[in-house]
Amino acid sequence: MMKKRKERIDRGIKARSEDIFALSSLREMIYLLIPRAIPVLGLLVVSPFLSAYWQEVFISTAIYALLAISWDLLASCGLVSLGQSLFYGIGSYIAGALNYYLGWSPLFTIPVATIGGGVLCTIFLLPVLRLRGIYFAMVTLVLPLMFLRLVEATRILGGTEGLTGLDSFPTQLTALYVIQLALLAALFGFRRIMGSDYGLIIMGINDNDRSVMNAGINIFWYKTQVLFLASAVGSFAGAFGTHMDMFAGMPGFALDYSIMPVAAAVVGGMGTFAGPMVGSFILVPLSEILRALGALRIVFYGLFLVVFIVALPEGLFHYIQRKYHQFERWVEVEK
Amino acid sequence: MNSSHMLQVENLSKYFGGVKAVNSVSFDLAEGELLGIIGPNGSGKTTVVNCITGFVKPDSGKILYLNQNITRWAPYKIINLGIARTFQMVRPFYQLPAFKNIIIPLYSPRVKRLAGGKYGDRDAVALDLLEEVGFERDSFVSYKVASALPQGYLKRLELAKGIALRPDLLILDELFSGLSLAEVASIVPIIEKLRFQGKTILMIEHRLKELFRIADRVIVLNFGEKIADGLPKEVLDSEEVKKAYLGSEEG
Repeated sequence: MMKKRKERIDRGIKARSEDIFALSSLREMIYLLIPRAIPVLGLLVVSPFLSAYWQEVFISTAIYALLAISWDLLASCGLVSLGQSLFYGIGSYIAGALNYYLGWSPLFTIPVATIGGGVLCTIFLLPVLRLRGIYFAMVTLVLPLMFLRLVEATRILGGTEGLTGLDSFPTQLTALYVIQLALLAALFGFRRIMGSDYGLIIMGINDNDRSVMNAGINIFWYKTQVLFLASAVGSFAGAFGTHMDMFAGMPGFALDYSIMPVAAAVVGGMGTFAGPMVGSFILVPLSEILRALGALRIVFYGLFLVVFIVALPEGLFHYIQRKYHQFERWVEVEK
Repeated sequence: MNSSHMLQVENLSKYFGGVKAVNSVSFDLAEGELLGIIGPNGSGKTTVVNCITGFVKPDSGKILYLNQNITRWAPYKIINLGIARTFQMVRPFYQLPAFKNIIIPLYSPRVKRLAGGKYGDRDAVALDLLEEVGFERDSFVSYKVASALPQGYLKRLELAKGIALRPDLLILDELFSGLSLAEVASIVPIIEKLRFQGKTILMIEHRLKELFRIADRVIVLNFGEKIADGLPKEVLDSEEVKKAYLGSEEG
């Protein structure tokens, strides 16, 4: 009896590696350029033509995408975070406080919150950085909840009321472009980092940390750097979101900011940065569309997630990438 | 204390719960020497190496490298001093191509320092190193993902990762185990070449025949204690060593 199996063959590009291409024709250049040009043009050109409401959805999507990319960076180092809201909340409160109490403009609060939030979150998580997997995850889950109660109980930084009436961006279009450029910078920047020798170390730590130690490399120091990068990106998202909402408060530590990035990474495909971004651009707008369903919204949303994860466990981006880079054909094999 | 001593281990002890894995073991290693450590299974050989390289913190005792006390240092600090080791159970980066495995040790502070600051083309250096340990250059085996490599190549890869660190002292933990006679025969010249380059080598080995042919000196561990120390021939004739091996499958 003859059985069939799928054969996969890489498309004939002369050389394809992480960051060096040896190209011989315009066709090959276009082939490589298209996947990179689509997100850039898609974001920058299409977004200004959306309605004001969908522009807002778009901005909140980009914020989640940044958190998801930050999650993916941590995951590629073997650190599973269930507390992206820590980064968001800290960034949000730093920017909010600087604007509320000192009157700094967003031009200064956002960069300060990005760096400051990165440093603070790194310090908070430093003691548990040696832990892996579920242990690290548990601590990241608990920390934002702790800060939430701290703000509530001590009534610092506006307590349950939060800090209101913060400065916003001059126009919605400014905000739109700021967040998009940040998103593209994080996406291509992190992809670049992971393609370099530095990225090999990060992947090595995830793969086999003792072996990296045995290569004379201080993995604690490398994990700290990754943690800082991830927290800085998350804090930027928080600072940006705060000025967007003109409000910094306890919702910054909400579970949404922790769970959505994980869901986005799973739907989109982990370890690529593009995957979590694609995932965010599916899940966040979907949640808006489903608002029409009223109370049943979460049911359908959950159903969609389950179906998606069962049907495409590798994630959407990995699936598309494979289809794009490889021929597939059915060949007969003897049973 | 002789200053030509590269490594000195003094009264090293390590307990796991109530088990004395290593019990007051002392030995030293001269520069350029090839010392073998043998002993039945569970005699504490690997624990000694783990203590030297910092992967296990000893309970008592001292380890001196070039007269510097390195006891309980972190592994990466010890390795950057010039001690490299291979693991008995190979630890490659399975998702990476073979030559990319070598990039990671090439990224270490030690190699950067020895190369004088900036490193050129790490990929080229990695491919050269793999060729040195027997990855045929034109067979593309160096580009294969590590998870697709057979055991023989994984052992060579492990050795190449050690050599990549440009160590002065190389510790090989059962490099020959799981290899065929022919494979061992092809790795022995690599080790001899390393000695010729002036490297000091500490070898843990179960394959006594091959070890005795290249070792200058052998120490024997049994139940965590050192029971013999001397030339391979002397050790083999020792009554206590015979007794230790009798009854174990080494016969």
